[in-house]
Amino acid sequence: MADMLELRNISKLYGRNYANKNISLTVKSGEVHCLLGENGAGKSTLMNVLYGLTKPDSGEIFIDGSEVSILSPRDAIRYGIGMVHQHFMLIPAMTVVDNIILSMDESSGLILNQKKIAKRIREIAGKYGFEVDPFMKVSDLSVGQQQRVEIIKAIYHDCRLLILDEPTAVLTPRETEELYAIIERFRKENKSVIFISHKLHEVMHVSDVISVLRNGECIATLNKEETDEASLAACMVGKEVSFTVEKEKAHPGEAVLEVSGLSTKGKKGNLAVDDLSLTVHSGEIYGVAGVDGNGQAELIETITGLVKSESGKVRILGHDMTNRTPGEILDQGISHIPADRQSTGILMHESLEKNLTLYDYRNPEYRKGIFMDWKKAKKQAEDMVEKYGVKTPGLSLNIEYLSGGNQQKAVVARELEKKPELLIAAHPTRGVDIGAIEFIHGEIVKARDQGCAVLLISTELDEIMALSDRIGVIYDGRIIGEMDREEATVEKIGMLMAGMEENERKAV
Amino acid sequence: MNMKKIIKPVLSILLALLVGAIVIAVVGENPLDIYRSMLVGAFGSKSAVAGTLVKTTTMIFVGLSYGFAYKCGLVNIGIEGQLYMGGLLSALAAIYVELPAPIHIPLCLIAGFAGGAIWGAIAGWLKNRFNASEMITTVMMNYIATYFVAFMVNGPIKEKDGTYPQSERILDSARFPTLVPGTQLTIGILIAIIAVVLYIIYWKKTAGGFEMSVVGSSERVAAYAGIPVKRMIITSMLISGGLGGLAGAAEVLGVQFKIMDGLSSGYGFDGIAVSLLGNNSGIGIMLSSLLFGALRYGGNAIQMFTSLPIAVIYILQALVILFVVVDVFRMERRK
Ligand SMILES: Nc1ncnc2c1ncn2[C@@H]1O[C@H](COP(=O)(O)OP(=O)(O)OP(=O)(O)O)[C@@H](O)[C@H]1O
Ligand SMILES: [Mg+2]
Repeated sequence: MADMLELRNISKLYGRNYANKNISLTVKSGEVHCLLGENGAGKSTLMNVLYGLTKPDSGEIFIDGSEVSILSPRDAIRYGIGMVHQHFMLIPAMTVVDNIILSMDESSGLILNQKKIAKRIREIAGKYGFEVDPFMKVSDLSVGQQQRVEIIKAIYHDCRLLILDEPTAVLTPRETEELYAIIERFRKENKSVIFISHKLHEVMHVSDVISVLRNGECIATLNKEETDEASLAACMVGKEVSFTVEKEKAHPGEAVLEVSGLSTKGKKGNLAVDDLSLTVHSGEIYGVAGVDGNGQAELIETITGLVKSESGKVRILGHDMTNRTPGEILDQGISHIPADRQSTGILMHESLEKNLTLYDYRNPEYRKGIFMDWKKAKKQAEDMVEKYGVKTPGLSLNIEYLSGGNQQKAVVARELEKKPELLIAAHPTRGVDIGAIEFIHGEIVKARDQGCAVLLISTELDEIMALSDRIGVIYDGRIIGEMDREEATVEKIGMLMAGMEENERKAV
Repeated sequence: MNMKKIIKPVLSILLALLVGAIVIAVVGENPLDIYRSMLVGAFGSKSAVAGTLVKTTTMIFVGLSYGFAYKCGLVNIGIEGQLYMGGLLSALAAIYVELPAPIHIPLCLIAGFAGGAIWGAIAGWLKNRFNASEMITTVMMNYIATYFVAFMVNGPIKEKDGTYPQSERILDSARFPTLVPGTQLTIGILIAIIAVVLYIIYWKKTAGGFEMSVVGSSERVAAYAGIPVKRMIITSMLISGGLGGLAGAAEVLGVQFKIMDGLSSGYGFDGIAVSLLGNNSGIGIMLSSLLFGALRYGGNAIQMFTSLPIAVIYILQALVILFVVVDVFRMERRK
């Protein structure tokens, strides 16, 4: 029998650089095929070609052995291909049903039966073991739920091949487990999945076959049995990668960030941060562990002045900064790597240069009176690109055309190069490849060693455990447990993350 | 990238002329003849060129006004009203204040700027304070401004011995000096060009321009980067309104030499078109102002010498904008 999908010699050139170069790949029915590669290796580009979003310069696509031409996502859907993008493509202001309707062909008739569609959505969700309210607005859904809507969208159109572009980057461990179950179900139904991830343990967990891309070329295709994490990493990066963060013991100094009794309202009007207190000292990394949606976002936004608190105090370097403007707070020497880089951290439709020099207007070094010294700013931007290995053909390219991981690197570069007194880092390595994770972790530790106070927020326990000197677990808007890194174990934190407080745990 | 920015408006203009030709043919005229007489009407003689440049002056101010707000993410539909308020204040300064010309003219310009600026800033304030869309409030304030001016010229500042609803003539010391003797061309065009230069410098070189442009791209990112979003919004509306006010001042001090009911024949709305076609850039606005100035002035000639109604000119203008906006050549799609 012919393979479900075959890509033959796909090439795509952007300017003078190949994003894809003669890539050939086959995916069998019932196979989970992983794509692995550094940031900017060309994974998303290849998938966009397959989904009809990007026109390749050359190459052919075969489905069930016959050549097809996929010129738009409509075509792709017709051939049974579904895709969940690295950055979701849902319209937040619309309901789930409406988003599904939007993805439908005109040929499905002029009269739409919302109820019927909603019923079908519920059926699909039920079959794959999760729940979705079809009449909820997408903007009210959690990231994990939004992803499921994307998956439902694909299944709704009877997809036989599901492309998941870095699906787990934004998921909680539990949601990831649930996603695995969905993938497993696909495999059982003899459908195929293409899965992109930077997390090697995930890749080893879900895949049957693994293809590694490097600089736009497919350099290896391996069966899972014949490889392991270390050799995959080496293959991907082209050298050995270290998985552990090397750091000395912390030498905490005075308190830099003091949050006491802080309460802030969330989107729905409830107290998202509820009487929360924590202190971060200079020269230490304080990791906030917790399941996403327990007030992390609101906590950061209150500290940085983006939303106002109801009560409580925020002191930075001894100054009362409660409910001051973001500008005043930034001037205390604060850097902030935001959780949602695309809507908060970068100007998508502006150049990489503008994004890297976002703060220079505040910095006397880059100003001459009311005028900007753009030459100097540009030089600085060039240095950042160089130092952080942001893969781009140039500074003038709009940042939207950078690969996801490289956008993240740009944000991290900008924030760390400010040499802050206090670094607030939410998921600093989200979407970046293992080589870059190693580098970014190293830079954060370096900042700590130079006396920076770091508030690290991450849903990845691995990252919390690797970086933190002290760990606090956030649950329902409060820190319900705090410990030194030495006392911390995955089990202990896991229990707290589920909302079991210390005394309850002892009782169990 | 940059080629595209030039090709697109040029193609839009050509396409508009093409479709316009069909319209003219349908009305029963020869399009080529009409276009020729428009061209002659706009550029055929010294006085024609001067007339076109006088219209261009007004177009530049209204175009800059729209562009300035737009770059900060705001849609200022109230240029018409700002123009009237600017015109009114500059007329008051020009009629009732006696000063030597070198001081009087700048004073009248400042008054004109202030009149428009106040009008624009009110809309900015309403947006900040009550989250009222500036698109709506500015439209409403157009009515207030035009009727207020109508009230003024019908009563308080009506010329003493005349029957028309208009003010006294402005003092000679406030009139823009003529640039080319024997024509209408005044120093107004120079002031407009200075405004263009300042506009370019502001957006390209200054920290304030950078901050404002970030607000224009994303208020959320701007707040994140410590930019005082509300202050930027009100400042932007203030300056945008001020530029609209200068358009009114230029009409009063350089063209009409008084203020009356019909000071503007919809110039405020031309500003939207000018800025759109010029892609909100200083140079772009200057070039498209020239085009719209020529259309307006050349249009007068058609009206005088042919049986074609002036509406054809408006159709042409509208077509240009339509083709720019709908992106007929699909330049923004699929890379
Ligand atoms: N429209 C575009 N114009 C110019 N270059 C582009 C464009 N789209 C992608 N590229 C470049 O193509 C390369 C491959 O990008 P791609 O998004 O496929 O990477 P990726 O493997 O998905 O990386 P990541 O893991 O960071 O998501 C990158 O260097 C990117 O900058
Ligand atoms: Mg990608």
